[in-house]
Amino acid sequence: MTGPHAPAPNVLALKRDALTERLTLFSLSLPALALVVIIMVVPVVWLFWLSAFADDGSLSLVNYQRLVIQPSYGRILLATFEISALCTGICVLLGYPLAYILSQLSPRTAGLCMMGVLMPFWTSILVRTYAWLVLLQRHGLVNDWGISLGLWDKPLTLVYNFSGTLIGLIHIMLPFLVLPLYGSMRAINADYLRAAANLGASPTRAFWAVFFPLSLPGLLAGSLIVFILCLGAYVTPEMLGGGKVIMVANAIATDIQMFFNWGAASALGVVLLLLTGLVLWIAARLARLDEVFGGHGT
Amino acid sequence: MPRDASLPIAIRQIAKSYGPVRALDNVDLDISSGEFLTLLGPSGSGKTTLLMVLAGFTRPDQGSLKFGDTEVIRTAPHKRDVGMVFQSYALFPHMDVAANIAFPLKLRGVPKAETAARVARALEMVQLAGYGDRRIAALSGGQRQRVALARAIVFEPRILLMDEPLSALDKQLREHMQIELRRLHEALGITTVYVTHDQREALTMSDRIAVINHGRVMQLGTPRQIYERPANRFVAEFIGESTFLPVQPSAAGYSYAGQALHLPPDMPAGRHHLLMLRPERLRLLAGETPERCNVLAGTVQHLIYQGDSVLVQVALADGTPVAVRAAATSLALAALPAPGAAVRLALAPEDTALLADDDA
Repeated sequence: MTGPHAPAPNVLALKRDALTERLTLFSLSLPALALVVIIMVVPVVWLFWLSAFADDGSLSLVNYQRLVIQPSYGRILLATFEISALCTGICVLLGYPLAYILSQLSPRTAGLCMMGVLMPFWTSILVRTYAWLVLLQRHGLVNDWGISLGLWDKPLTLVYNFSGTLIGLIHIMLPFLVLPLYGSMRAINADYLRAAANLGASPTRAFWAVFFPLSLPGLLAGSLIVFILCLGAYVTPEMLGGGKVIMVANAIATDIQMFFNWGAASALGVVLLLLTGLVLWIAARLARLDEVFGGHGT
Repeated sequence: MPRDASLPIAIRQIAKSYGPVRALDNVDLDISSGEFLTLLGPSGSGKTTLLMVLAGFTRPDQGSLKFGDTEVIRTAPHKRDVGMVFQSYALFPHMDVAANIAFPLKLRGVPKAETAARVARALEMVQLAGYGDRRIAALSGGQRQRVALARAIVFEPRILLMDEPLSALDKQLREHMQIELRRLHEALGITTVYVTHDQREALTMSDRIAVINHGRVMQLGTPRQIYERPANRFVAEFIGESTFLPVQPSAAGYSYAGQALHLPPDMPAGRHHLLMLRPERLRLLAGETPERCNVLAGTVQHLIYQGDSVLVQVALADGTPVAVRAAATSLALAALPAPGAAVRLALAPEDTALLADDDA
């Protein structure tokens, strides 16, 4: 018998084991952590640093002042958000029904169809954008067919403008919406819909009362990914916008390539970064709201 | 209640195949108004498929299904007006308890004030009064089960379907809920079809049991009929423990090992091949052999103490192992024979059940 004050056995050794275990786990994540710090954190800090200096090398807010004073920058920011929002909205309209159908198919058939959705990922964004040029130009495939079918008389200007940029962006972004949405739809237990029907809900009613609310987390995740990727779009507006569509990334490129103004470019980058952060923060608040109403239970 | 509380169900020639597998093989079944009928069978027997046909989620290949006088085989699930408790409960996670229960009432255009009153009453009935604003994720398994039940009965359906509703609960809670479901059924008088693979649950709760295997009804009867007079070997083996001894037809009836058997007066007609022995229906004989009793002789092999009883494993003269359940009172324990001792087992004629060997 050990007395009430006798030392319990192995206390220190067990504590040491726990510590070793935690250190081992930490050391496993060390390479990835180092990589993130070197290629993410350092450049971002550098970006902030650069944006805080004027052309003559003195510490100043002149780069940010310019963003506020020159109306062109406001227009660029506005256009960026406009295109991103529109692209996200159209992706939702196109992607939601697609993801819904995929989620209702047998997993085997759905897998095959998913290949179709993912196929665009196998080619470079540049190739895909050029393909749209071929399709959408004045005497491209779309215009030729449209006219020969009598849908419209004169060639439409589908490219080198806002609509061309939008079409290209939607094509690139759609899989990013469909993937998380499909995942969250697959996770919805078919019994929920059966229960809704059993309780008297028509298929339409069951969809809006049960399926749609339960698919919202996936929809939010997908929309967020699309919106944020759109905010940083460069290639598509550059090639399909015909110089008429200038998004933030294009403005940054111009600042550097034409004016060698690193300070101005950095300031734009910082603003875009902060705005993206703001979008994420708002989305997180919305997601938490969703949690209050109950996420996925069993 | 403004309308009849319950409806009878008539199932005729319902069949459903999945490729070469016959999930339902021409099922005929009549369920009376207000009855608690259990579909009992092993997994893959077709019992759940039959329930899904009743609910309208599975479209059969053929057959007729009537609720009362109305043919419903082609009626969409949302127009059938039957309550159902799912095995997964299927409570909507994005609604709180009250909203879940109010859902069927909202669909039926019940005014708000009445909805609130009926939700409160349904919660009371399942002993969850005051739980209306809880989130589903915050409920225990037993509470979810009750909410699912409240949601299934709140719109006063005349038929209630339950698909293994207690299978996710632990043993103690399950047994408690069995009694409570039975009580609720008696209070509501609603025609209930209950699916389970748990024979004890079926025996405890049902007015009648339909034992299902290979998509067919193997036997339909009261728990006592099913247990004491199984129609065939499958039913006898699926429900309760049993040993089978081969019997031969003789002049007076049947005999085992040359010994004529005393048979019960209600012995079903037909050709029989097997004598069914249930451990708790056998008695260890001490002293005189009672009159008109079937007696088997054997040697004790093992005694297994099981708390509420003692299982005595006996080898008959030809080596066939037979189990006898003996009471575990101190007196009986003291009187138990030791392993190796010769014993005689008595079986009352009323407990003597003969059955056919084939599964048909």
